[in-house]
Amino acid sequence: MAARSRSAIGALGAPGASSISARRDLARAQALQEPWPFPQKAAALCWGPAWFAKGVKMCKSVTPKRALRRSRTCCCSTGRGRTQCRKIKPHSLQEQSSSLMGFAMTRLLRVDKAWEELSNILSGIFCASLNFIDSTNTVTPTASFKPLGLANGTDHHLLRYAVLPREIVCTENLTPWKKLLPCGSKAGLAVLLKAERLFHSSYHSQAVHIRPICRDASCLAVSWELRQTLTVVFETFPSGQGKKDWSLFKMFSRTLTEACPLASQSKIYVDISAKDKEKELLEVTPSPTSVHEAIVQGEKRTYAVYDLLSPSLFNTSRSLNVQLKWKRPQDSLELSTPVLHAQRYVSGYGLQTGKISTLIYNTHPYRAFPVILLETVPWYLRLYVHTLTIITKGKENKPSYIHYQPAQDRRRPHLLEMLIQLPANSVTKITIQFERALLKWTEYTPDPNHGFYVSPSVLSALVPSVIAMKEVDMEQSPLFTSLFPSSDGSSYFVRLYTEPLLVNLPTPDFSMPYNVICLTCTVVAVCYGSFYNLLTRTFHVEEPTRGGLAKRLANIIRKFRGVPPL
Amino acid sequence: MKQVPGGGPGVRPSGDRGRSPSPPRDPPGRGRDRCPVLRRVPAEKARGRRAALSFAAIAVVLGLPLWWKTTETYRAALPYADIAALGELSFQLAVPVAVVFAPGSQPRDLPRLLPFRDTEEKETLLNSRTSIASRYEMVCRSTTAQEEAALGAATVQEADAALHQLQDASLGSLSLYVIPETSLLLPQGIGVYVGKHRSALVRAGQGLAALRARLQQVMQIMSFTTSSITAALSDRMPASQLGPDARRHFKSSLGYEITFSLLNPDPKSHAVHWDIEGAVSRYVQPFLDKLSFLANFSVDSQILYYAVLGVTPRFDKESSSFLLSAHSLPHVINPVEARLGSSAASLYPVLNFLLYVPERSHSPLYIQDKDGALVGTNAFHSPRWGGIMVYNVEGPAAPQASLPLRVDVDMVRVMEVFLAQLRLLFGVSREVQPPEVLLESPGNEGLADWELDRLLWARTVENVATVSTTLTSLAQLLDKIGNIVIKDDVASEVYRAVAAVQSAMAELAVGHLHSAFQASKEAVTSSERAFFDPSLLHLLYFPDDQKFAIYIPLFLPMAVPILLSLAKIFREAKQRKKEPTKTD
Repeated sequence: MAARSRSAIGALGAPGASSISARRDLARAQALQEPWPFPQKAAALCWGPAWFAKGVKMCKSVTPKRALRRSRTCCCSTGRGRTQCRKIKPHSLQEQSSSLMGFAMTRLLRVDKAWEELSNILSGIFCASLNFIDSTNTVTPTASFKPLGLANGTDHHLLRYAVLPREIVCTENLTPWKKLLPCGSKAGLAVLLKAERLFHSSYHSQAVHIRPICRDASCLAVSWELRQTLTVVFETFPSGQGKKDWSLFKMFSRTLTEACPLASQSKIYVDISAKDKEKELLEVTPSPTSVHEAIVQGEKRTYAVYDLLSPSLFNTSRSLNVQLKWKRPQDSLELSTPVLHAQRYVSGYGLQTGKISTLIYNTHPYRAFPVILLETVPWYLRLYVHTLTIITKGKENKPSYIHYQPAQDRRRPHLLEMLIQLPANSVTKITIQFERALLKWTEYTPDPNHGFYVSPSVLSALVPSVIAMKEVDMEQSPLFTSLFPSSDGSSYFVRLYTEPLLVNLPTPDFSMPYNVICLTCTVVAVCYGSFYNLLTRTFHVEEPTRGGLAKRLANIIRKFRGVPPL
Repeated sequence: MKQVPGGGPGVRPSGDRGRSPSPPRDPPGRGRDRCPVLRRVPAEKARGRRAALSFAAIAVVLGLPLWWKTTETYRAALPYADIAALGELSFQLAVPVAVVFAPGSQPRDLPRLLPFRDTEEKETLLNSRTSIASRYEMVCRSTTAQEEAALGAATVQEADAALHQLQDASLGSLSLYVIPETSLLLPQGIGVYVGKHRSALVRAGQGLAALRARLQQVMQIMSFTTSSITAALSDRMPASQLGPDARRHFKSSLGYEITFSLLNPDPKSHAVHWDIEGAVSRYVQPFLDKLSFLANFSVDSQILYYAVLGVTPRFDKESSSFLLSAHSLPHVINPVEARLGSSAASLYPVLNFLLYVPERSHSPLYIQDKDGALVGTNAFHSPRWGGIMVYNVEGPAAPQASLPLRVDVDMVRVMEVFLAQLRLLFGVSREVQPPEVLLESPGNEGLADWELDRLLWARTVENVATVSTTLTSLAQLLDKIGNIVIKDDVASEVYRAVAAVQSAMAELAVGHLHSAFQASKEAVTSSERAFFDPSLLHLLYFPDDQKFAIYIPLFLPMAVPILLSLAKIFREAKQRKKEPTKTD
């Protein structure tokens, strides 16, 4: 989903840049490099409006023409991360899950059919397991999502949202994704996408968004925009003197040689913003084409911009290898805490009941703001809504909006949406208890003792900015800030995905059916056998004979012992 | 049970000695006298035998049916006999033909007076399971006044158009107009003219035999030939019997996807533009509209950059051009195909048409045929896949001209080639005819009415053959694997397919091409739906050995005593027969 990779970028603290172009045949590519105080390095690559390759057209074509004109959006993305990543990021990245969100169809009756087709087609195009999306993990959120782009008027009945928390991204998803780029991986920034480097990273997320936009300034016609984003967090290890230098070649083991000739914009943004004390500490080579200052997610950022289309860049050397060097070793710096972040965990003991707790932090010094929380919980965790408690600063916090749709066994999950006011500088704890259901023995996954995933909850909020933001021209702003343009200067939109939960369900011994069969059969056979014997036994006299060999032997022994013979 | 009493002679029950009520002991000393015991034994034996027999009876009468009933799978009845009958296809194709004699064109040796009916039959045995009987039902009559007026038109095209107004336009029917040998309507040396629609003009020729030969030739051109039907039945025929072109055209399907792709491997030097939307609506759409009765078509287009051919062309110094030889063409397609996009959205076959603009460093690029000559169209096609055309860009006048060079593709030139390939891949290409036959060009629609008929004849036959294959293999599969559940809806689809295919055969035999084709389409839909029904897969992987592993702990201990005692009873009964009465 668009939103997810967006939050990922936010988490990395370095939204990149780029802009919407109004014409269908424009392509923009931008890359963003973030220096991190931690042994990790964030890179976000965005590709802007682009060609519709055949595959994406298919994704579009499942919604009939009318719906298309009614401008709906569909987007999907997949992400993968490792646990270390969570330690260093104050808010949560979505990990190990694929999700799909779509606005589809004007006719209510056919929404589900179109949704099924869409997920199947996308799973075919991107070789992803999205075809596992069915009614048991699809919900219809009422407030959390709205169509991107030109659509106005949200009928939430047309919205479907699904997450597959267990599916992870891998190389076979990347290849078809790369094919959608106008230059493939032959030229431009996509040259950097070398699978073995990308997947040897702490976090990886790739997304595709399709949305309707204005074709030109007069906005008389609608174009469809395909936007692809890829977010990667690399591990970088400090060099000899404890300096965390990096370069494009170190991260991707490739360098850039040319821009994609079809691109109307192709830029690399390197975040060189630094706090006061570390100014002048870092140095980027070669010298950037320009320096861009922007306020991104309420923070002032400075970017060194490399415009691949400017001929001067490749004048001196044939390839571009952006390098960042620290002049002296940094101290271990704390990453500044974001205004909104969240944490989620499961508690409780035993295999019957449990509790899901979500902690939402608002670190804004003086502003309170509301946040929409979306929880989807699979049906096999039976939520007790009466145990829902929301506590902020020791007091109960009453949500101003609650939408709850109970689950139906094997048919649909629980959906809980709440609008919660977060006071300034506070922690809000939301807890809800659940009971674990027993599944039918064929419903368990191949490795049931690993546990069952509960999909991440989604937080959407307009976060008030700490510093004043001014209106920015969309054309000038970096691509990665343009998906959720801020309505006014005082706040910016954030969507967070918490970590997925892993819950153990009571698992039976799977050899049990056979054991039970064997045991009952044995019991039945024993009872039956003696019963049968009793009923069919006949009596008859046997001639006392001299006996067989055994008897004779016994008698000999008895004789020796002095006992009367048998 | 045998029990030897420990103390003296006597009888004791086996098992619990102490508590079980023991039968009266024989008085000591009377051990030799077995009479009282002997008297009891038969009664005791008979009781045991009865008990054993009733156990066996209960197991057989109650247990087995209960087990059978509870573990049985639901299998709806299928028309196996009808499906088996479909395995042998004997097509009867009837073509209604109206032979209209213009005044003065009747041969003198005409057998009867006009009007009369005549049939011409021909039967071909393709293989042991397939035969074709074609029957041309000719109605011979003389022209009406209107037709006479139409035949009086100045040119043959006008006459054809005028005659079209007078005909009933039912699919598959033909009208042949016999005109006098000396008529000036047809150009000199042309004996047969086949129009745009379903009519043809035939010169009377010398005598009835010549006319018959000519009529037969026209009828075959306009409906079907043995070879066209054989090609349609290519799946049922051994490869040796098929011509090289038999496997070229796409298999019959309910829909097709046509994709036009522009491959630009060198976007740095060439900015290629093509007006594909206009070209498709101008050239391809009329053709597809005409075929819309046959199948659903969807057309889309894409531009792919950096898509290169898998083969490096050879540089030819003489012409300073690059050459792709015919034997390297098969290697061209695979690398390109990986980029063409998946057909994830549809089950229909995809026809690919690629326009390749070679890189600047490799242009001009020409395709060489097997003899080393350059191919005029610079294009080739791949059977059942699509076509590729190489479009060379003229080099800029000045080498320093700024790159990329804007190229506007001449769509007329391109679509000419692609349309010809499209016709070829649909099997409506025109065969080479003897010089005396003149075929009217189909004009803007790209397809004459009789060509559509020809396609429909072949497709109907192909559909029927496909359904027969599908149903036969489905029946075989279901017969082989007894575990598969056959649901009622699968069965009803099979019944529907069988009924539709039978009606298609019947309609073919009476010459109703339209309804025959519709019925064959329905049959294909139903049979495919039955064949690919997901419910047929459910129990496929439930092997018998596992079932027995579960049954054995119950069945073995239950069955062994029953079987043993039955065997014993049987043995005893046999023994008793041998020594009938053993009385003291």
